[in-house]
Amino acid sequence: MSFCPNTPEDVREMLAAIGAASVDELFAPIPAELRAKSFDLPEGVSEQELRRQMQELARTDRTVTPFIGGGYYDHHVPAAVDHLSGRAEFYTAYTPYQPECSQGTLQALFEYQTAICRLTGMEVSNASLYDGGTALAEAAMMALRITGRNRLLIDGSVSPFAREIVRTYLRNLDVEIVEIAPKDGAIDRNALAAHLTDRTAAVIFQNPNFFGTVEDLSDLAEAAHAKGALLVASVYPISLGLVQSPGAMGADIVVGDGQSLGNPLSFGGPSFGFIATVKKYIRNLPGRIIGETVDRNGRRGFVLTLQAREQHIKRHKATSNICSNQSLCALRGLLFLASVGREGMVELARLNRDKAEYAKGLLGKIKGVRLLNAAPTFNEFTLVLPGDAAAATERLLAKGIAAGVPLGAYYDGMANCLVVTVTEKRSRSEIDLLARELEGAL
Amino acid sequence: MKLIFEKSVAGRRGLKLPVADVPRAAELPENLARKEPAGLPEVSELDLVRHYTNLSRRNFSVDTNFYPLGSCTMKYNAKIIEDTTAFFAGSHPMTPLLPGGEALTQGSLALIHGLGGLLSEITGMDEVTCQPLAGAHGEMTGIMLIAAYHRAKGNRKKYVIVPDSSHGTNPASAAMVGYEIITIPSAPYGDMDLDAFRAAMNGEVAAVMMTCPNTLGLFNPHIREICDIAHEHDALMYYDGANLNAILGKVRPGDVGFDVIHVNLHKTFGTPHGGGGPGSGPVGVKKGLIPFLPGPRVVQQDGAFALEREQPESIGRVANFFGNFGVMAKAFAYILMLGREGLIEVSEQAVLNANYMMSRLKGHFDLPYEKSCMHECVFSASRQLKNGVHAIDIAKYLIDRGYHPPTVYFPLNVKEAIMIEPTETESKETMDAFIAVMKEAAEMAEKNPAALHEAPVTMPVSRLDETKAAREQNVCFGPW
Repeated sequence: MSFCPNTPEDVREMLAAIGAASVDELFAPIPAELRAKSFDLPEGVSEQELRRQMQELARTDRTVTPFIGGGYYDHHVPAAVDHLSGRAEFYTAYTPYQPECSQGTLQALFEYQTAICRLTGMEVSNASLYDGGTALAEAAMMALRITGRNRLLIDGSVSPFAREIVRTYLRNLDVEIVEIAPKDGAIDRNALAAHLTDRTAAVIFQNPNFFGTVEDLSDLAEAAHAKGALLVASVYPISLGLVQSPGAMGADIVVGDGQSLGNPLSFGGPSFGFIATVKKYIRNLPGRIIGETVDRNGRRGFVLTLQAREQHIKRHKATSNICSNQSLCALRGLLFLASVGREGMVELARLNRDKAEYAKGLLGKIKGVRLLNAAPTFNEFTLVLPGDAAAATERLLAKGIAAGVPLGAYYDGMANCLVVTVTEKRSRSEIDLLARELEGAL
Repeated sequence: MKLIFEKSVAGRRGLKLPVADVPRAAELPENLARKEPAGLPEVSELDLVRHYTNLSRRNFSVDTNFYPLGSCTMKYNAKIIEDTTAFFAGSHPMTPLLPGGEALTQGSLALIHGLGGLLSEITGMDEVTCQPLAGAHGEMTGIMLIAAYHRAKGNRKKYVIVPDSSHGTNPASAAMVGYEIITIPSAPYGDMDLDAFRAAMNGEVAAVMMTCPNTLGLFNPHIREICDIAHEHDALMYYDGANLNAILGKVRPGDVGFDVIHVNLHKTFGTPHGGGGPGSGPVGVKKGLIPFLPGPRVVQQDGAFALEREQPESIGRVANFFGNFGVMAKAFAYILMLGREGLIEVSEQAVLNANYMMSRLKGHFDLPYEKSCMHECVFSASRQLKNGVHAIDIAKYLIDRGYHPPTVYFPLNVKEAIMIEPTETESKETMDAFIAVMKEAAEMAEKNPAALHEAPVTMPVSRLDETKAAREQNVCFGPW
């Protein structure tokens, strides 16, 4: 089964038109000694058999109640998001190179850019990047380009995964990365000030950070700007219903992962990365950008714009190598934001925080357990357990509860720490059960 | 059409949220609290559904139109393939990273491992990582692996060689990894100029990036010689898998002498293009490069699937987790469904369709390289240009006739290029109808070129002012 429609008669007619005796003859340009030595694959199957095989494979996955985040969050996806993003006209199109027959994708992505700007408090956004981690790496490279400097300061409470991606991206370039170790789950402002110089291209933060702590970055933005450095902030979009926008805090480049905006967990992908900045840096943005214009009759329309930054025009001098992005996932993000809406976004964020605060109160009261710090949090917080958090997590996992992310694998000296995430999908009874089971597992 | 923001009415609500079953928490401190809600749309669910349903109708797509966009392999995406991903629980990606968590995600880990194995066999490589999130991301990952390989031997080297017909992502990816680019011109017969390549080769070249068949749809018969020359200088050969659809079951890049490859699951392996993504760009390597692969690697241990914890020589992660799992699941299902024979039929029918297209149109448009093509053929509108008709005018006319245009103005080494990739899923009738319209366009270029300059006239908008868009940089609806 290959979905090839040509009949044997079609093939004969086509070969006759070409003037070839056989399909094999068409492969004559490939010398015999270059032909495949092996192609040992299973025989094809019917639709019915495929369904059975895939179901059988999928059956070996087990679901658990997730109190885990780490950058990806178990949020409700409105039904309309699936239905509308599943429209074949969106789903089976490609990059809108021909704007007249791609206004659907182009207008939707212009609306997406607008929604991202409004949520983050920034002036311009591109049409999406791959994910939050790669978006942070692109933002770091963008800051290096803008400032012409080669030193980055990264707060250690940025996700360890995102920091690893930044290091991977920059390893082969002449860039010095200094990581500032966090203090009690928060930014160590003294250490940061000591490293911030007029050679620093950017200071990079995550808010809320990997421990769940929410901080005001305004003073850090001022300090960075005083040295001619940029402030890059990675944010969790759902938190922006309640938390001050990074734009209002003075960020120059804002990135994040769009999974929480209408994209299922899907074992880590696909989601999308967003990147937004201020207008004066628009030419340094990586990736596609949609711009408004008019047609020959003065009607409003949308096109891919500022393409002279991109690889298909600029080749090795492009701002990034990105070509395909995560367009459909960005569309889902837009559909999510439009479905939840202006007031709904505040309520949704509040619901997340209320549930997390309830859990924090219960879990923090367990004998021997304390909170890592007293700082405000959004929907994640870090507990310090009386013993090894990994062992406790394993015991709860066997009972079908993913209680949190133990930090021993990511931070020295934090083996007793557990980051607990509570989204709007967790019910009070699930939280109560978590508290009981955790108490029993210690 | 109005924007969704212009349809917003203060106080109107869409999604109904659950009622809180916990007490209201205290407010965030003043300095942390958002002062004003973000200016998101306020619409009902019906407003939302009608707006985006009507917007979608302003798109051409594979399901609605023939879409012969060269180099993008816009094949049909079977519906059963779409359904199969829904079988997976969609586990949280942190689950297997928790102690004891791998046991809960055996199905998903098996799929990642299984897809890697199938792609290794298809391409003749020793191991495949599925972590890269798109083709260009795979290219960058591949060049990082090559840099790590050379660095481990003491010198990461300085240059990457690409032919002038290469995709722009090739030089852009190598530049992101810190390499300088050497571009080799094409010879009169369309392939990379072998003498120029020999002259450019030296001990400081880290890699040579090739697309084979190249963007002209031509298979380079000297490819093994190129691999040998590169290897003599201890440079590695990189295979850009964008055109893998042409050679499934016929040629395996690993057998030919390539060391690193990427494949585009959204092109060759039938996953939908989503209006520009998500794609997926798995990278395959030969044995010597396995230690450098991005972590965490999915491995099979004692009959179970696990994540390898210690990879001291790994280049590190290139994505948040394990790649675009949802896309990988579709490609896996596609390969299972087609199987060995089906995949061979894909390349045969793709090449047959492209050659048919070429033979039927070559009397009407200039063919810069008149020889048997593989999965796509590249014409030039230079003959039509004599009457003032450009490739873009022909493209716009095709839109009026219900066809998504082929890729135009690429590859860059062909003047007024028109690059047609029919793919294997299109029928002879569909191509015949398209060919008739292409001939019509050629005829109009002779008789009524002005009409082609006006096209398209049937779309919601006529030709758009791209200069104005670039000048005004209005990329966000205001005021906010």
